[in-house]
Amino acid sequence: MSFSILIVDDEPDVAEMFRQRFRREARQGTYVLHFAASGEEALDKLANGVRPELIVILSDINMPGMDGLSLLREIKTQRPDLPVMMVTAYGDEDRRRQAEEAGALQFLSKPVDFDLLKEELRRLPGASA
Amino acid sequence: MASLGQLTAGIAHEIKNPLNFVNNFAGLSVELLDELKETAAPAVASLGEDTRAEIDEIVGMLTGNLEKIAEHGRRADGIVKSMLAHSRGGSGDWQSTDINALVEEALNLAYHGARAQDQNFNITLERDFDRNIAPIELVPQDVTRVFLNLFGNGFYAADRRRHEVDDAFRPTLNVTTRDLEGEVEIRVRDNGTGIPPELRDKLFQPFFTTKPTGEGTGLGLSISYDIVTQQHGGTIKADSVFGEFTEFTIRLPRSRRAATAGMT
Repeated sequence: MSFSILIVDDEPDVAEMFRQRFRREARQGTYVLHFAASGEEALDKLANGVRPELIVILSDINMPGMDGLSLLREIKTQRPDLPVMMVTAYGDEDRRRQAEEAGALQFLSKPVDFDLLKEELRRLPGASA
Repeated sequence: MASLGQLTAGIAHEIKNPLNFVNNFAGLSVELLDELKETAAPAVASLGEDTRAEIDEIVGMLTGNLEKIAEHGRRADGIVKSMLAHSRGGSGDWQSTDINALVEEALNLAYHGARAQDQNFNITLERDFDRNIAPIELVPQDVTRVFLNLFGNGFYAADRRRHEVDDAFRPTLNVTTRDLEGEVEIRVRDNGTGIPPELRDKLFQPFFTTKPTGEGTGLGLSISYDIVTQQHGGTIKADSVFGEFTEFTIRLPRSRRAATAGMT
C-alpha cells in the first residue's frame, strides 16, 4: 500500500533534502512525495486530487504570499480530517499556539529530526490502514 | 542597543536556515557514502589491490570531510543559538529575589559544571555575603546567566594562570554582596591571568573572545552587559591588573521601577 505526503516549502532545497531522506521509502513504494513551493500551489494540488491517497501535509510557516498558518486554516475548512504538520525554524510559543488552535497535528522545528518524523508518519491513522 | 539585539536576532535567523541545510546534507552524504560502499563492495572486491586501496582512501577522506562539515556546522549552530539567546532578553519573569541565595545557587552550578568538564579543575571559593540584604526585584533566570558567565570566566582565568605560571598557585574566586542604599552590589573577583589594558575596551563587545577558536563564542560578557544595563537598569564594571586579578562589579537597582526609569 502506497501513500502520498505533500510537502509545502518555498525553499527548493527542502524538496531535495526530503527526496534523499526518504530515498528508501520511495524506492520501496511506502510513500510518494509531492512538493509545493507555496500555499497557493498546495491548494491547487489538493483541488486537482493527489494520488495515491494523501495522508499528511507538512508545511513551512514563513512563506511569501499565503503563509503556512493561513494554508493550515484553509485546509482545515476544506478537509478537516486531513492531518497537517507545521514545520518551522521559528519555534516560538505564539506560533505553536496559533498552529494548535488552527488544528495542526504537530509542530516540528527545523532542523527536522527525520527519525522522529518517520515515527510520526507511521502513527498516522491513514498509514496503518 | 535594542536595535543591535534585533539585528542580531535577524542575522541569526537568516543564518540558521542555510546552516540547517549544510548540516542536514552533510549528514545525508555520510549515509549515502555508506550505502555506496555497501553497493559497490562486490565490484570493488574484484579490482586490483592498488586500485582498491586508492578507492578506500578516497572514500575514507570523503567521509572524514563530511564529518568535519557536520562538526563545524554544529559549532556554528551553537553560536547562532547563543546569538538568539542574546537578543531574547526581557522575556523572563520579574521576581522578588534573595540575591545571596541566587549567587550561591549559580556558584554551585558553575563549580560543578566546571568540574564535570575537567576533573583536574579546582578552585577555592570565598563568599563574603551581606546577610542583611532584603529581597530585590529582578529576573532570576537572566541574572543567573550573568553570574554563570562571570564565574565561568573567573574559573577559566584562574585555572589558566595555574597552568601557565606555576603549579603551586592556588586559584581563588571571591564573591561579595553588599546592600547599598537603593542598590545591591555584587563583586566577583578572581586571582587569574587578568586582562591586558589594551583589551579592556573590548570586553563587552559581542564576539570578542580571547579563548581559542571553538571554545568561546565571545557573547558571554556582552549578554551579561545587556542583561544588567538594559534589562535591569544597573551597571557592570571591570577592574583588573594584568597577571594579578580581575574583578567585576555589578550594581542592580532595588526595584523594577528604578530599572525602567534608568532605561529611558
